[in-house]
Amino acid sequence: FNGAAHLVRADDSDAATNRRRRPAPPGYLDEQFSQVEDLQDETSPNFTEEVVSLFFKDSTRLMTNIEQTMEKYPRDFSRWDAHVQQLKGSCSSIGASRMKNECTSFRNSCGAGNIESCMRSLQKVKGEHAALRQKLESYFQLLRQAGPAGMAIRHGGM
Amino acid sequence: MAPDGAGECGGSCRRTKAAHAGAGAVAGFLVCLLLVWAIGGCGRSGCGGLAKTEEMVGQFNLSSSQLQELASLLSLSEKRECMGKSGLISDGNQVNSMTCISDTPCTGDRISGGNKNWLTDVIFEDLCTIQDKYDKSAPALLENKLLQNVIHQGIGSPIQRNVHQCDLCAGISGLNVDQNIVSSSNQTVVFYLSALFGTIIISIVQAICKRGKKSNQLCHDEKLLQIPSAKAGRKWSKRAVFVGVLVGLCISICIFSSMYADVVARRKENLVNMCDERARMLQDQFNVSMNHVHALAILVSTFHHGKNPSAIDQRTFEDFTARTTFERPLMSGVAYALKVLHSERELFEQQHGWKIKKMEAGDQSLVHDYNPEKLEPSPVQDEYAPVIFSQETVKHIISVDMLSGKEDCDNILRSRATGKGALTSPFKLLKSNHLGVVLTYTVYKYDLPPNATPEERIDATLGYLGASFDVPSLVDKLLEQLASKQKIVVKLYDTTNHTSPIKMYGADFTMSGDLHISSIDFGDPTRKHEMHCGFKHEPPLPWSAITISTAVAIIVLLVGHIIYATLNSLEKAEDNYRVMRELKGRAEAADVAKSQVPSTSSNVLLYFDVLSPVFYLFSSSAERLLLALQFLATVSHEIRTPMNGVLGMLQMLMDTELDTTQQDFVVTAQESGKVLINLINEVLDLAKIESGRVELEAVPFDVRDILDNVISLFSEKSQTKGIELAVLVSDQVPVVLIGDPWRFRQIITNLVGNSMKFTERGHIFIQVHLVAELNRTRNVLDDVSAQNREIINDPETFMPCNTLSGLQVADNWKSLKNFKMFKYLNDAMDTVNLVVTIEDTGIGITKDAQTRIFTPFMQADSSTSRTYGGTGIGLSITKCLVELMGGEVGFTSNPGVGSTFSFTAVFKKSTAFCKENKPSPGDIKRYCSEPTPSDFHGMSALIVDGRCTRAEITIYHLRRLGIQCDIADTSESGFSALLDNSSKRSPNMVLIDKDAWGEGSGLAFYRRFVDLRLNGTHKSSQATPKIFLLGCSISPTESDYLRLTGYGDFIRKPLRLSTIAACFRKAFGVGITRQHHKDQSLVLRSVLTGKQILVVDDNAVNRKVAAGALKKYGAIVTCVESGNDAITMLQPPHTFDACFMDVQMPEMDGFEATRLIRAVEREINDMIQTGKVSVQSYSDKAHWHVPILAMTADVIQATFEGCIQCGMDGYVSKPFEEQQLYSAVAHFLEIDATDSVS
Repeated sequence: FNGAAHLVRADDSDAATNRRRRPAPPGYLDEQFSQVEDLQDETSPNFTEEVVSLFFKDSTRLMTNIEQTMEKYPRDFSRWDAHVQQLKGSCSSIGASRMKNECTSFRNSCGAGNIESCMRSLQKVKGEHAALRQKLESYFQLLRQAGPAGMAIRHGGM
Repeated sequence: MAPDGAGECGGSCRRTKAAHAGAGAVAGFLVCLLLVWAIGGCGRSGCGGLAKTEEMVGQFNLSSSQLQELASLLSLSEKRECMGKSGLISDGNQVNSMTCISDTPCTGDRISGGNKNWLTDVIFEDLCTIQDKYDKSAPALLENKLLQNVIHQGIGSPIQRNVHQCDLCAGISGLNVDQNIVSSSNQTVVFYLSALFGTIIISIVQAICKRGKKSNQLCHDEKLLQIPSAKAGRKWSKRAVFVGVLVGLCISICIFSSMYADVVARRKENLVNMCDERARMLQDQFNVSMNHVHALAILVSTFHHGKNPSAIDQRTFEDFTARTTFERPLMSGVAYALKVLHSERELFEQQHGWKIKKMEAGDQSLVHDYNPEKLEPSPVQDEYAPVIFSQETVKHIISVDMLSGKEDCDNILRSRATGKGALTSPFKLLKSNHLGVVLTYTVYKYDLPPNATPEERIDATLGYLGASFDVPSLVDKLLEQLASKQKIVVKLYDTTNHTSPIKMYGADFTMSGDLHISSIDFGDPTRKHEMHCGFKHEPPLPWSAITISTAVAIIVLLVGHIIYATLNSLEKAEDNYRVMRELKGRAEAADVAKSQVPSTSSNVLLYFDVLSPVFYLFSSSAERLLLALQFLATVSHEIRTPMNGVLGMLQMLMDTELDTTQQDFVVTAQESGKVLINLINEVLDLAKIESGRVELEAVPFDVRDILDNVISLFSEKSQTKGIELAVLVSDQVPVVLIGDPWRFRQIITNLVGNSMKFTERGHIFIQVHLVAELNRTRNVLDDVSAQNREIINDPETFMPCNTLSGLQVADNWKSLKNFKMFKYLNDAMDTVNLVVTIEDTGIGITKDAQTRIFTPFMQADSSTSRTYGGTGIGLSITKCLVELMGGEVGFTSNPGVGSTFSFTAVFKKSTAFCKENKPSPGDIKRYCSEPTPSDFHGMSALIVDGRCTRAEITIYHLRRLGIQCDIADTSESGFSALLDNSSKRSPNMVLIDKDAWGEGSGLAFYRRFVDLRLNGTHKSSQATPKIFLLGCSISPTESDYLRLTGYGDFIRKPLRLSTIAACFRKAFGVGITRQHHKDQSLVLRSVLTGKQILVVDDNAVNRKVAAGALKKYGAIVTCVESGNDAITMLQPPHTFDACFMDVQMPEMDGFEATRLIRAVEREINDMIQTGKVSVQSYSDKAHWHVPILAMTADVIQATFEGCIQCGMDGYVSKPFEEQQLYSAVAHFLEIDATDSVS
């Protein structure tokens, strides 16, 4: 199943492969994603996709929450922070490294009490989110298309 | 001659004014001379008159700065001298001296003729000796520049010394003159001395500095020294120093003697002056008094005898004399006695009313007892001299006949005969008992002509005026008026009778030392008086003379010592320099080294330059080298610590977000740091080895494993360079050996690293064989792997060079032949003699560099080190290590072809060890990293390769995996082997080199194979073998092609067991993907299978992932999304085996939830214990405690203590890491991991 991860990495301009050696530029996904992929087996054939779609659902909700909180409680940084923290947890679970990094800087901004940079971070997180969604969707699309062949290759040796 | 001159000068100066002028001339001359000299030294003299000075400059070969220094030196002291005596130097003298200078010849003849000046002589003699000395050494000087330097230094000190002598002389003369003329105080002397000393010290310090600079230059100079001449110069100058010191000491003694003589003379003179002064004063006073007595006599004759009746009676006389006492300070009293003939006695007695009384001889009674009434009347005599008038003080003698006293009588008679005053000899005066003299003047009836006879005078006598001198009191009174009477003792004698002088005055002091006698004339020609004077005290010690001469002696000794020490240190420095030269020369003579030896001789020089001050303290070169290494080791150790900090910080910096340039900088910095650390480690290592502090371990290890390890170290480098790196261990080498694996590894790493550095193309090939094996075959490549395979030989693809990369290599056997181990093979049962060869196709080592490559810090030449870097200690460390292991190291090299290093090492055979039987697995695990995977046992492989050496390497690795190998060296034979259905066993895999017969031919083979497959020409019931391409690199398209076709895979070179095994595992799906996690995964699986686990997390994604991960290991996972749900779920009785709890949750966080769960559990446990509830109602469990593990994304926040406090059992990071999950789960699920492994 590593093949899928390889493909993703290739999509992400090899960033993930380099991740270990060089921290920059960070890829959209990191090691954790391939671990998630590893969790997929016969018992749960679409595990990755399920997790990913769950992630998008959840993260969209969380981001809406964040936005609402920011409107509702304009200066309650700790409240914002709690929400961002949740989002960050989700990101790190599926290995969405760039989003996670954005969340980290968002939290830092919250800690510093800088509304401006919080706003910026929110926009960035949204941007990353959209980009990741697009990437992953096309990836799964590709996976589904290559499905039979890929499966054949993968299962050939077994 | 100097001291004599000084004495002369001093004497004359003291005595005559002319001599003062002479001294002035000396000073003036000196000042002018030095002025001229200084100008000449500055090199600015254009004046014709100074030509000679310039000539002198040339002759002496004195540098202008030296001359300047000299001039300033002299002029300094001279100026001072000049200031001291400025008043004494007359213009005429200056002019004189100026003329002297203007024609100053070096010989000094004319000067000594024209000017009797010892100082000039001294100076010029000194200068001339310098010139002489110079002339002697001149030929040597001209030999070369370097030599000149040395000799110059050699004669530098005599010049200096002479300068100092001149200086000294000048100073001394200055002192002398000064002292004599101005009677200088000690302070000035001390000032002069200290100034003199200071200038000398300064000049010496300057000289030493100059010398030090020169010796430095010497060290840098590449030319060789001509030591003998320099040595001779030094010997000579040492002798000169001794002579100089002796002369200086003589001078100081002479100074002392002359000064002492001077002091004594001055004392004497002083005494004479004082004595004469006193005598003269006494005499004058006495004469004045005498004249007055004379006047009184005339007064008496005029007013007593000249008038009738007499104008004077006793009362008038008394009055008069009393009022004129001040005129006669020396007289105690005056009296007038009348000449009375016996015939007139009665008349006289009647007139005055008293009898003429006789003076009692020997009456010693005091004044107040003296009563004239008691005196006897005078007996009958021819004439009498009764006192009729007297001063108040001597009133008692009125009516006493003076002629009755013996002394008085004599006196009176003498006085009236001569007509002059007469003095008695000293006698005790009546009443006062003081010694005194009586002066008697005669009063005549008329003025007598000067030539009157005594008879006439006696006839004309009328009376006698007497005056008594009380000598002691009078002299006392007189002396009191004079200064310094305490110092001097005065005695007064009457020496009329030469044989027994009568003391008139003087205490009983014994006079010390010198005595001065001056005669005194009291106006009585018949009597003679003398005054004796002497000092009361002994003369004090001549401190000034002592101090000055001692100071001079000390200065001379000091200067001598300094010069001597300087010479010595110079000698030492030159000796050291010579030793260095020899060492360097030896190194250069030995001059051979491989271009691969990483360092330069300039590096050595650099080190020695740095350490040279330290080195000079040590004489032997070996000691020096050891010292250098120790020093380096110490310093290195100190550098290492901060360096690690730097590297760590750089690593952290790299983890931050940097732009590309910054990233590049940081990477460069880190790489440089690593190189530095590496170098330091090497230095430390070398120092450790050199000092013999390395002890070899003796532990079991696997040679093949070590080599794989080395290969992995260099794999990245070899891939980037495109070099083939391969290892081959002979079958006959035992699996487990006993020895020091780290050192063995270090040796190989060093050699491979070295080869890697100097190889740009081709290959590096490490082979390990038994010595016996090589000795038997004498041909490494042909017969190593003879067994267990068939060679499908095709003569058409014959390689010109049967090597790994097809390039020519240096023949290894040449160096091996010389190894002792090969000559005297000691095949003991329990030892294993290994020979390791590392063959490269690098730049090679030039012939002349070959002998020195094992020397520390040596590289073939500096250009090599510039191109390739490195310190050059690696190989020397290697050599030391090899020797420690009881082996030898050697090499063969052809420049441009490559080099082959080989070394032998002795290890012990491990008797107890073999693969199947491991008595102490823990032990062997340390050194044999992982047991060779046995998953591939019994498989078979076909190796298709055009080069049998390369094929052999592949076979070596495959056989370690237990794979049977066949070999095909052409594509045809390969295909035939593959497609041959009749073959009883088809290979499971095919390994083909990417460049089996040339660039890309391996891939072509693969393509052809795939085509055959797809075209269906090859339809076999058998499973298609996996095809592995071996190569250093693969392009993405090739890689994709391989993957997509599904038959092949790529194994990246250099080959090692783990990469091959991993690749095979992936390809065949054997084992678990991550091989190194296999054990843990298995354990986790066994631990978690069937376990009910509750995952508590509010985040759906997290929950899903965590659950997925746990499910993977066979756990049955239930998920809840809040703490409250968790509490409900975990309300006993429940069936959960463990709970993973997120720490950060809204509403109720993990800690709080755990606390509540624990509270509930405790309550139930208590209830069960107390029997309130039955155990049965709680699933027969007497004690409820569900393991709760915190899940946290923030490992830093989650301290173990924090988790424990609220009742948790541990924590795992989120997302799960297998290792951590394993350790946490294994811990609390209390399942013995080792059991489950086996």
